[in-house]
Amino acid sequence: MKLMYFAWLRERVGMAQETVEPPPQVRTVGQLIDWLRQRSPGHAEALADLHAVRCAVNQDYAELDAPVAADDEVAFFPPVTGGRRR
Amino acid sequence: MIRVQREDFDVGQEIAMLAAGRPSVGAVVTFVGLVRDIADGRDVGAMTLEHYPGMTERQLGAIVEEAKRRWPLDAVLVVHRYGRLEPGDRIVLCIATSAHRQAAFEACAFLVDWLKTKAPFWKREETPQGSRWVAARASDDAAAERWHGKAPV
Repeated sequence: MKLMYFAWLRERVGMAQETVEPPPQVRTVGQLIDWLRQRSPGHAEALADLHAVRCAVNQDYAELDAPVAADDEVAFFPPVTGGRRR
Repeated sequence: MIRVQREDFDVGQEIAMLAAGRPSVGAVVTFVGLVRDIADGRDVGAMTLEHYPGMTERQLGAIVEEAKRRWPLDAVLVVHRYGRLEPGDRIVLCIATSAHRQAAFEACAFLVDWLKTKAPFWKREETPQGSRWVAARASDDAAAERWHGKAPV
């Protein structure tokens, strides 16, 4: 799974992108976030406040219950400037 | 048509190219967004616009398609810049062309409102106090919301 981070999330995570292999029980964006928070203090800090984080799966906006799969491109970023609540 | 680019654009040239060979076009409405020197009461020296290559083009394309679905348009162009920009620089261009002015006016306003809330761009402003990421604006959400459920003209 390819992960991408933008704006201040990129700065807090400390990288623009990474490739990960989450365990099979990670099936949604929300579960992926829970798993990523354990990865490093930077991940935990970047993903601490989900009101300030938006997600896209394969370049379309996605909610926490959206499914994710091994070959997906998943991106995390702040609300776009100026932003939308999705 | 959409373009995402670092370079500046020539508004007159873009209009001429869009209208060329389309004698049915009776109205061309253009919006040009410029970088301002004041934001939320702070002086802004310059800003850097980051985006999500690939998703930006995909979302801008979807916005243009939605505009064409709602209004009888001939041609639509959205050009959005990224990278470092200074106050006064052109940052975004939206052009809507139609047989009649009302559709072109409304479609152009729609394009600007929606791209501000859907296109994945993030601004980092340089101010005398240092640089900072710009937070999203509730007023932009409100501007985009007014189009929800609105029937095509």
